[in-house]
Amino acid sequence: MKKWYKYIKPYLPAFILGPLCMIVEVIGEVVLPKLLGSIIDYGVSGKDAPEIVKFLYSIFGTGNGFIVAVMTGMILTAVLMMIGGVGGAWFGAKASVNFASDLRADVYKKVQQFSFANIDRFSTGSLVTRLTNDVTQMQNFINMLLRMALRSPGMLIGALIMAIVLNPTLTLILAVIMPLMIFVIFLVLRKSLPLFSSMQGKIDTLNSTIQENITNVRVVKSFVRQDFEQKKFSRDNGNLKNAGYEAMNLMIILSPAVTLFMNITTIAVYWFGGNMVIDGTMSPGDLTAFITYITQILSSLMMVTMLFMNMSRAMASAKRIGQVLDEKIDISDEFASDKDAKIEQGAIEFKNVSFRYYKTSQEKVLDSVSFTVEPETTLGIIGSTGCGKTTLVSLLPRLYDADEGKVLIDGKDVRDYSLKNLRDGVAVVLQKNVLFSGTIEDNLRWGNENATEEEIIKAAQFAQADKFVSSFPEKYQTQLDQGGTNVSGGQKQRLCIARALLKKPKILILDDSTSAVDTATEAQIRLAFETELKHSTKIIIAQRISSVMNADKIVVMDNGAVTGIGTHAELLENNKEYQEIYYSQMEKEAK
Amino acid sequence: MKRSLEDLQKQYSKFARPEKAQRGFGGPGGRRGGPRPKGKPKNMKATISRLMDYIAKYKYLLILVFVLILISSACQIFAASMLREVINEIVKEDKTVAERLQYLVQILTLLGGIYLVGVGSSYAYSKMMIKISQSAIEKLRNDLFAKLQTLPTKYFDSNPTGEVMSRFTNDVDNIDMMIHQTLTSAFSGIVQLIGTFILMLVTNLWLTLITVVFVPIFTLGGGLIAKKSGKYYSQQQAALGAINGYIEETVNGAKVVKVFNHEETCNEEFDLLNNDMRKKMFSAQFFGGIMGPIMHNMSQISYGITAGVGGLLCLNGFLDVGGLAVFCSLCRNFSMPINMFSQQVSTIFSALAGAERVFAVMDTDPEAPDDENAVEMENMQGHVIFDNVTFGYNEEKVVLKNISLYAKPGQKIAFVGSTGAGKTTVTNLINRFYDIREGTITIDGVDIFKIKRQALRKNIAMVLQDTHLFTGTVMENIRYGRLDATDEEVIEAAKTASAHSFIMRLSDGYNTVISGDGANLSQGQRQLLNIARAAISKAPILVLDEATSSVDTRTERHIEHGMARLMKDRTTFVIAHRLSTVRNADAILVLEDGCIIERGSHEELLEQKGRYYELYTGKKELD
Repeated sequence: MKKWYKYIKPYLPAFILGPLCMIVEVIGEVVLPKLLGSIIDYGVSGKDAPEIVKFLYSIFGTGNGFIVAVMTGMILTAVLMMIGGVGGAWFGAKASVNFASDLRADVYKKVQQFSFANIDRFSTGSLVTRLTNDVTQMQNFINMLLRMALRSPGMLIGALIMAIVLNPTLTLILAVIMPLMIFVIFLVLRKSLPLFSSMQGKIDTLNSTIQENITNVRVVKSFVRQDFEQKKFSRDNGNLKNAGYEAMNLMIILSPAVTLFMNITTIAVYWFGGNMVIDGTMSPGDLTAFITYITQILSSLMMVTMLFMNMSRAMASAKRIGQVLDEKIDISDEFASDKDAKIEQGAIEFKNVSFRYYKTSQEKVLDSVSFTVEPETTLGIIGSTGCGKTTLVSLLPRLYDADEGKVLIDGKDVRDYSLKNLRDGVAVVLQKNVLFSGTIEDNLRWGNENATEEEIIKAAQFAQADKFVSSFPEKYQTQLDQGGTNVSGGQKQRLCIARALLKKPKILILDDSTSAVDTATEAQIRLAFETELKHSTKIIIAQRISSVMNADKIVVMDNGAVTGIGTHAELLENNKEYQEIYYSQMEKEAK
Repeated sequence: MKRSLEDLQKQYSKFARPEKAQRGFGGPGGRRGGPRPKGKPKNMKATISRLMDYIAKYKYLLILVFVLILISSACQIFAASMLREVINEIVKEDKTVAERLQYLVQILTLLGGIYLVGVGSSYAYSKMMIKISQSAIEKLRNDLFAKLQTLPTKYFDSNPTGEVMSRFTNDVDNIDMMIHQTLTSAFSGIVQLIGTFILMLVTNLWLTLITVVFVPIFTLGGGLIAKKSGKYYSQQQAALGAINGYIEETVNGAKVVKVFNHEETCNEEFDLLNNDMRKKMFSAQFFGGIMGPIMHNMSQISYGITAGVGGLLCLNGFLDVGGLAVFCSLCRNFSMPINMFSQQVSTIFSALAGAERVFAVMDTDPEAPDDENAVEMENMQGHVIFDNVTFGYNEEKVVLKNISLYAKPGQKIAFVGSTGAGKTTVTNLINRFYDIREGTITIDGVDIFKIKRQALRKNIAMVLQDTHLFTGTVMENIRYGRLDATDEEVIEAAKTASAHSFIMRLSDGYNTVISGDGANLSQGQRQLLNIARAAISKAPILVLDEATSSVDTRTERHIEHGMARLMKDRTTFVIAHRLSTVRNADAILVLEDGCIIERGSHEELLEQKGRYYELYTGKKELD
């Protein structure tokens, strides 16, 4: 609760005033029927007037004067109610929107602090949902709560009190009807909720079938599976229809049931109340007013039930958001011993490094890896997919932290640098790379905000990207779509490399980031590294042996362990795995 | 580099989604579709009449529904009017108590009967309407999906997945809502409005006039607020779309954000968007929120005036007490449908706009029908001949120029060239994903335009560049290549593709359920499954488009044996980036800018010392 109070506190007045405004509406709602009743009773019927009415008589006169006065009172009440309602809307919106905006910002900022491991734990998709849907869900609930929390229960209680004051005996009818109605509503809701969630499941299935068919359209067409897919879809669609039918069939009972309860109540009130009127123990005006109160009570009851329903959903969202806020950030530089240190040389040392993705898992992703890289040299890493190459280099910019052993840069543990300085010194071109919405220039500037135009073009030239960028009509001002879908895979990789080059890092890591670039272009990029990044340490992870064979040192990995270190010639000489990879790529005829 | 709010809004505004009709509680919500154009329906009449076709089957049931609505509305109105009698009769002094009691019993029994009929018929018509709407929507979805299956590949190139998806999700949902809820409540609203109005007239002309005077004020006031709130609402949706787009992008790219120390900039840009949305959302919520209280309390004012004037009329003998009580309740009933109706108009409009978009998809040209004399090609051998083929995706840009080639069964033809040279396009022409404009392609001497499209595609097995799998078990995914394949054949195919060993390591072996995007498999493993899927097909022509690009070279060598068996007796087209993959092809065609610039075997091409030689030895040259 304390966690949420933080977001309520700055807007506390709105949180309090909102419901208070709504109370004005509630009071008005309760008073109005009473006023109408007094027109009928004391204005028209001339019943025995109580003191207050007599007082009014003395001011406005009986008959016409009294009626006009009460009418004016009714209008004034309505105007007050309107003001209350508008005020309630104002404060409700103020409180809920600000609450949600602050919360959204906090969650977003928290996610920005997340380490890779934190992100992996939630998956990006679920983080997005939490930031968007769940926050909105809570906002809607708060808005509703502020406007209804006092209104419906207040109305319920107010109308109940008025009804009891008016005629305690008749109110007994409610004692029978109310529990029955609550019971029925809850029964229907309890039965229908699982049906609705099963329907939601069917909708998800159907949607994923559609989605798959759209993305896999070529597969479907090339295997001529249109009929097969159509059948599958019809089946899922039919299931959805049946599920929807079942759920809604139950749901539609609700409204007639509530109406029926109201009807029964009306008849009962008319019967008992009618008897009282005939006996002379109740006035006709009171009977009319009483009916209005009863209707208000029952419809408020319905609203309160709805409120509870919504609450359970908002609670689920709150829980999901809470999980993000409470997540422990597992990589921070809080305890870094030398926050001012910057990477100067680019010397790297792995000392007995072991790593597991999940602390509980048996299998180690990295198993006692040790080697060193001299500054200004190039290191190649090669090995089959899933052998831990990516994980290994992720430890350098502390995307993950080693479980055992140490990773040193310039002789200092990476954990002793501030994260900012560390990552400024180490550039990584990730395997799964991303470009962002914006112009090409915007994207390249991620590497260096203050880069001049020349620097940007130069970096693009080195990454072999300048040529194709210049061929676009808008050149560096070309807008990239989300995820950079309007450039080809190879072009995207080259832009990502240019972006990393702009950082002028002391250590550059290329994680299989030229896989979509053709060999000739790749060779040119590598050539640029030798000249432009002469003073940086370069780490190249690749599938292709041609990408690494010129490196000063090559590390061969298998199953999380280093199986060989050396130059191309040395490894070709004495490393079985390296030989295997080599010969799988170049047959004897390739010289 | 921090962008300005305007830039951010511009760049992320395409994520904005139009409003989606609010679902009843318990219903599904918060599904996401792609961006879509919003707006009012353009050709309402035609859209409505097409929608009507979907419910026309239930014509008689629909008539019954409307009759039932009439009955239930009539019951409500009738019951309300009876209450007048009750109060009047029981206060009459000229009757004995017993008479009055007897009257009370009679009238309440009658009232009970009317209530029952009313509730019963309203339950009955909701139930019927659900049947009608669910069946209509089911048919609509089926039709739309069936249509989707006939659309040419081109359609999917130019329409993003999210866009097409939102036809199924948002649009169909809105139509569903309209049919099963809005339609009936709008109709019963109108009926009640008219009925109440008549009753009011009957009860008291003058009081009715007072109420009627308020109607234009209602509509005007309501319209004014609705317009304002509509404006702010769409601003809010745009802001929400932008911020959601921003969140989606930066959270999905969170790893890149970290690697570039870009967190601060992201936070700042996020704050810009968030605070902008805060303002807009407040306006939208506020104006949306005052609609209810203002309209409601305006009707309270009219209620007050009616009560006061009614009281005066009573006092002066123009109206009885019961009449006044009834009129006041009628007055409330009268304002309710007006409020309700004004809200539902927007739902109807957005549903119709959705329906229009759905029908637009249905009206899209499908793949051209097969030629009248098209043949089945029962025993296709696989002699593929391209004769001077020229092709472009659109009129302006030619992608392939004068391509000619001859491939025999058992031969392996490889395409090599840089990204965008047209390699994939060549293979997409053989199975008519796209139709050529000039030249001819023949298989076994028959022009592919003279072969039934289904028959043609059945005879060509493809392993595509993008590794698409379907949600289902591994077994089902492989069997997709040939539905009547036995389990043994599936396993055999998996072995051919060297997929067997990793499949056996999966938690449930061949029965492991994989999700559609195959997230639980590595890219390389997915490619192996794709190969197995093609391997099980008995098609004489095989197309491998970057089929092993993500498989590491050692594994690729392991599959080589199986692949050789697979390609034996088939005509195989191979596209590969990695030259080691294509080295043993019978013929290698080097493509550049849509033209074949070199052709020959590996040795011949190396001999030529042309582009292929350059590509192949590129790394050596730069030593």
